[in-house]
Amino acid sequence: MTENSPFTTTAHERRSLSQENRFRLLFLFMAVVLVLPVLGILSVLVLRGSPGISLDFLLEDPRNGMKEGGIYPALIGTLWLTSCALAVALPLGVSAAIYLTEYARDNWFTRLINLAIINLAGVPSIVHALFGVGAFVHFLQFGHSILAASCTLAVMTLPVVIIATRESLQAVPRAFRDACWSLGATRWQTIWRVVLPNSGSGILTGIILVVSRTVGETAPIMFTGAAFYMQYTPESIFDQTMALSLHLYNVSTQVNDVPKHLPFSVALTLIGVVLTMNAAAIFLRMKLRGRKKW
Amino acid sequence: MVTENDNLLEIENLSIRYGKKPVLEGVSLKVRRHEIFGIIGPANAGKTSFLRAINRMDEFVPSMNVTGTIRFDGRDVQKLRNLYALRRGIGVVFPLPVGLPLSVYDNVALAPRLRGVRKQVELDEIVERCLRRAALWDEVKERLKTLGSLLSGGQQQRLTIARALSQDPQLLLLDEFSIAIDPVTTMRIEEVLKELRQEMTIILVTNLVQQARRLADRTAFFLAGRCIEINLTEELFTGTVQDLRSREYVEGRFG
Repeated sequence: MTENSPFTTTAHERRSLSQENRFRLLFLFMAVVLVLPVLGILSVLVLRGSPGISLDFLLEDPRNGMKEGGIYPALIGTLWLTSCALAVALPLGVSAAIYLTEYARDNWFTRLINLAIINLAGVPSIVHALFGVGAFVHFLQFGHSILAASCTLAVMTLPVVIIATRESLQAVPRAFRDACWSLGATRWQTIWRVVLPNSGSGILTGIILVVSRTVGETAPIMFTGAAFYMQYTPESIFDQTMALSLHLYNVSTQVNDVPKHLPFSVALTLIGVVLTMNAAAIFLRMKLRGRKKW
Repeated sequence: MVTENDNLLEIENLSIRYGKKPVLEGVSLKVRRHEIFGIIGPANAGKTSFLRAINRMDEFVPSMNVTGTIRFDGRDVQKLRNLYALRRGIGVVFPLPVGLPLSVYDNVALAPRLRGVRKQVELDEIVERCLRRAALWDEVKERLKTLGSLLSGGQQQRLTIARALSQDPQLLLLDEFSIAIDPVTTMRIEEVLKELRQEMTIILVTNLVQQARRLADRTAFFLAGRCIEINLTEELFTGTVQDLRSREYVEGRFG
């Protein structure tokens, strides 16, 4: 083979090829590193927590100063809190996002709203908790209740809902709106018939994030409506309730002589609730995606 | 009583700016009923903006500023209250086929539904009639439930024509409709347009000067935001032109 053959590798090509390999390995390594903590957390929880998990554990009340028995009230309480928080945050957040993307013009007012949303997303959860105490528990007289706690959680998760919804609305091509408007559709008709059906999967992604965050939050609910110990499951949104996240905090740090596996079992249940809700949302999203794409 | 007017569209001294950037300046022209009015010209001539001003799409572009008067069927579109009714009277076909992510059926049934048609029988009839007129019915009648955006490019463009027809428009605006489709489909659509002119007026914006020659009764030549010439199409191509640049453009010497 001569030096001039078009298939001879030049020194420059050899360098870029080895560089290519190094970068590929670097990115692969980073991707693997990312998975490790997730696997680590899950395997520790499953190994140490699963011996304590049983149907009784899930369906019984805590006994003997929460050192024995199950977590039923906390599990139910978390479901109450999460669903009530979503019931408040979703309509508010989705409507606000629709206004901002589909109606609002770019002026100082909308820029102010955008700024507020970004700032709201950056507020630490403990500050939200104090806001919740002031605004919902005392000022609006909700008292220590599921309602107050859910509203606090909702305010905290609103920015996520708004930003995720706005992004999925913006992902719908402008040409679709143009086409629909030129048929004589109003903005709302366009949103309802063309924009929303095609951004559902993105909005659901936002909801997945919100659910995960809502289920796990401790600080915002601990001053506003979650109780250390209750023998009853809540009957209305004006009751207090136990919650899994707070329960985990309590059995890990506040109660002495807890059996070693108990916190792990509670944590495993908490993760299980998050993953179940996520799986449901992902399943729904797949159905929506399968239906249509452009 | 409104007197019967020969001109469907009367445009006087129309100027369009986006922010401070002018894209169209001082265009005046009249489009007669049942004619195919061609508009040719290179990119950035203001052709698309001109179309957008006619059906008041400037409402959705905050920076778009339209001055001058546009009278559609005798009414000044700037002063109309009900822009939705105006847009229902004007069908639009865009350069790239926009099959809305709805089924073929729903794409065509959208406009009737928007104006309140609910009866299934009535919708079925409109959908079939419009698809037939757009020369698409035979290809899609077996799969009306498939997604419109899954059709081929040429089929999608005929779908958008069917959709525009479902409004029963008085005026059809075609913006470089053949840019993304093959010559055979283009010829089929051109045949469709020749039939449609019995029922409506058509403004055809095109990059293909020969297409304007094949279809248009009169043709306007736009260049850099100005209307250089409006003439009978045959004059423009073979007769006397008012401006030398028009002849140079249609003969392909620039643009």
